[in-house]
Amino acid sequence: MTDNYLNLVNSGPAGKLAKKLGLPRPAVLRRHKQGAPLVPGPLLVLGAGAAADSLASELLGWNQDVRRHAAPGEKLGAVVVVLENVTAPGDLGAPILELGQAVRQLARGGRIVTVSRPAKETTDPAEAAARQGIDGIVRSVGRELRAGATANGILLRDGASVQAAAGALRFLLSGKSAFVSGQFITVRDSGQAGGQDEDRPLAGQTAVVTGAARGIGAEIAAVLSRDGAQVVVVDVPAAGEQLAAVANRIGGTALQLDITTADAAARILEHVQQRYGSLDLLVHNAGITRDKLLANMDTARWDSVLAVNLESQLRINETLLGSEVFAATGRIVCLASTSGIAGNRGQSNYAASKAGVIGMVRSTGVALDGTDRTINAVAPGFIETEMTAKMPFATREAARRLSSLQQGGLPIDVAETIAFLASPAAAGVNGEVLRVCGQSLVGA
Amino acid sequence: MVDQSAEQGSTQPSTSVRNAVVIGGNRIPFARSGGPYAYSSNKDMLTAAIDGLVARFGLQGERIGEVAAGAVLKHSRDFNLTREAVLGSALAADTPAYDVQQACATGLETVIGLANKIKLGQIESGIAGGVDSASDAPIAVSEGLRRVLLDLSRAKTTPQKLSVLSRLRPRDLTPNAPTTGEPRTGLSMGEHQAITTAKWEITREAQDQLALNSHHNLAAAYDRGFFSDLVTPYRGVTRDANLRADTSLEKLAKLKPVFGKGAAGATMTAGNSTPLTDGAATVLLGSEDYARRHNLPMLANVVDAEAAAVDFVHGAEGLLMAPVYAMPRMLQRNGLTFDDFDFFEIHEAFAGTVLSSLAAWENEDFCRNTLGLDGALGTVDRSKLNVNGSSLAAGHPFAATGGRIVASLAKTLAEKGSGRGLISVCAAGGMGVVAILEAREQ
Ligand SMILES: NC(=O)c1ccc[n+]([C@@H]2O[C@H](COP(=O)([O-])OP(=O)(O)OC[C@H]3O[C@@H](n4cnc5c(N)ncnc54)[C@H](O)[C@@H]3O)[C@@H](O)[C@H]2O)c1
Repeated sequence: MTDNYLNLVNSGPAGKLAKKLGLPRPAVLRRHKQGAPLVPGPLLVLGAGAAADSLASELLGWNQDVRRHAAPGEKLGAVVVVLENVTAPGDLGAPILELGQAVRQLARGGRIVTVSRPAKETTDPAEAAARQGIDGIVRSVGRELRAGATANGILLRDGASVQAAAGALRFLLSGKSAFVSGQFITVRDSGQAGGQDEDRPLAGQTAVVTGAARGIGAEIAAVLSRDGAQVVVVDVPAAGEQLAAVANRIGGTALQLDITTADAAARILEHVQQRYGSLDLLVHNAGITRDKLLANMDTARWDSVLAVNLESQLRINETLLGSEVFAATGRIVCLASTSGIAGNRGQSNYAASKAGVIGMVRSTGVALDGTDRTINAVAPGFIETEMTAKMPFATREAARRLSSLQQGGLPIDVAETIAFLASPAAAGVNGEVLRVCGQSLVGA
Repeated sequence: MVDQSAEQGSTQPSTSVRNAVVIGGNRIPFARSGGPYAYSSNKDMLTAAIDGLVARFGLQGERIGEVAAGAVLKHSRDFNLTREAVLGSALAADTPAYDVQQACATGLETVIGLANKIKLGQIESGIAGGVDSASDAPIAVSEGLRRVLLDLSRAKTTPQKLSVLSRLRPRDLTPNAPTTGEPRTGLSMGEHQAITTAKWEITREAQDQLALNSHHNLAAAYDRGFFSDLVTPYRGVTRDANLRADTSLEKLAKLKPVFGKGAAGATMTAGNSTPLTDGAATVLLGSEDYARRHNLPMLANVVDAEAAAVDFVHGAEGLLMAPVYAMPRMLQRNGLTFDDFDFFEIHEAFAGTVLSSLAAWENEDFCRNTLGLDGALGTVDRSKLNVNGSSLAAGHPFAATGGRIVASLAKTLAEKGSGRGLISVCAAGGMGVVAILEAREQ
């Protein structure tokens, strides 16, 4: 599905016209390219204290051009605001107003990332107020940014040091998070060694992706393979022809399997054990929609959506987490949806399944705390695929422009986020729901 | 058993140097000709079947020891059909290949040939297979036109050319459509089988019952997911298009006879005969070492095989009865009887073919006098026959049938975890090939 409007306003005269008329002017997003710099210009680190200094030197270690104060007129690639030590609302003004000045200098595709602590982890009301205030700041700045720039935050959980933010920070600064904006990622000290080969972070790992014959799943498989993983692609037997093509494109193996069958987990584990030994990553991507207003909903539509989108995941996870074939550092990533957060007209069944996924991920996340396994969910907003191409024109057009980035995301945006959650760099991220929605108004 | 004729090949048990194992298979769903694959060539379908196999087993960019396949209805431009399919597939371009053609036994013969090379240590891995398209079949120009065209290419001057062209007659412009008729008798396969069916007094009811079982068994196998790692959809077709899961004896009984109509009481209908079919099938074979090194499954061993031929031209035997002769020779060499087998895969060219073969093996006089045995060869337990369906339901793209049978039987044996399976395939030209697969020690 191509976004013709986006292509049009990025081509000379039509772009000028759109500006005059005050029409939305979606930018071409800065997406990851092999060998491209992490950010499109110098990195400004704001905030006082040892943590800010320590993060600045961490960034220097990544060979970044780091500033503690912006030089006038200089284009900035990103601004990192370290606010982990705020104790009262009065602590916010100075660094945030400085951020405001820096925003004027932000390059196209620039990044703003705050580093702070979760409000719910303090019992002091003033401290909680200051911490929660950051939430409002990030979500507002995200809506003010233009030219494909994004604003996100990292929350340091359980007294984690600022170093625990490194993996998530790299992701949020990079082109891999192009369609992630207005979001927070909570991280903990993982105890797992932080270093990873940035070109092939998943080297030597085995991943399974369900629903991989097309759309987002096919793209996830390709990105995991790019990052070095051996990928088993799963889809229903009827989609086998496309599935085989995906497997052959990425050098993986095709497993024709309906994930709703009772022995699906056993068959996945058997395949992985025989061919690869153990499983490092499972991506629950297979999903269906059977939209109807609740008043017109029938059993078949309700049951099939719950069975594919939610019940299969519950059943497979139970077997997986009890199996030795699933690695001690194994990761599970589930596809939720912004419909599961905000609800959506005509999607009571789908939203139930996707909200259910979020509940499942949070609950399983608690169970996995203290182990080296993690489970997380990714909630895509409007993504350009065959699934969304079926939407009525006006609804589709509205869905695209409702986000801060004024466009739909691409399957690659979801895939990059999943690859991040699968990587060693995300060892400290567990039980999280990360939205890939361009900061859509829906489900804000 | 009496040694019937020593000159007909080895009578020693096959002492294989090492095992050749069936690792798995892949085929596209079969479809009646003129249907969904009407515009697919043999090369397209064989390439698709190979690519599905590559995807299932992660063989992308790998050099396979050898790929052997073939087609019965083959264009002259497809002289290197298998090699061309390999070049168009995801396999490494330096994978060698060769074509085989042995009528309907082509697919089984590719398995036997490659298994033997593996047993001898000549190759570590092989892909056997076959394909046929009755939709995209070659059509030849008439013999008259062909002579004229050849002479025309040799003529040098304009008057010479005109004189050659003047020989052309209107009837020369009618092309020769392909037929499955026997060149030496002019009879179609069905007409030949009708003679045999009548000779063995096979009833219409028995033939319809066999067809019904084939459809029901194939449908049940699909329903329990048996084919999910044996078949990859092609051009939107996800199951064998000839399959009629809801057929019944009543429906089959309504069909009019199509073969042997000359005689009274004709029994062979479109329901108990295979239709012209398009499709392709492949089988991945390897040494145990190869399978282990690549972490691949081992479904069954390829134990032994035997070919036979009969003189159908002078009426000594029915066209499709050669497997009846091959069977005792192979069993004797291996010291086995029908009782030693758990599954029988007898290719259903026609229901009458299967039932005539079974009747012959059960017939004391025939086995003594014609096969030279001590007594009847034995009875095949019907509950062990074509348990996951066969050609009457799946269809029969000639050269693809052997691959379909070998892969399905190997998986059936692996599921059971023990035992042996027997394969019997009849072929045009009065030929037949039989083979033994054996489950792997658990
Ligand atoms: N496209 C979007 O805008 C969007 C937004 C939010 C969430 N998502 C979620 O992302 C995931 C992928 O979406 P997509 O747009 O690529 O959809 P898609 O329809 O293009 O692909 C989904 C794939 O899942 C497979 N599948 C369905 N049921 C299956 C089963 N029982 N067993 C195995 N495979 C099965 C399908 O055959 C298909 O190949 C889904 O979970 C969807 O809910 C998509």
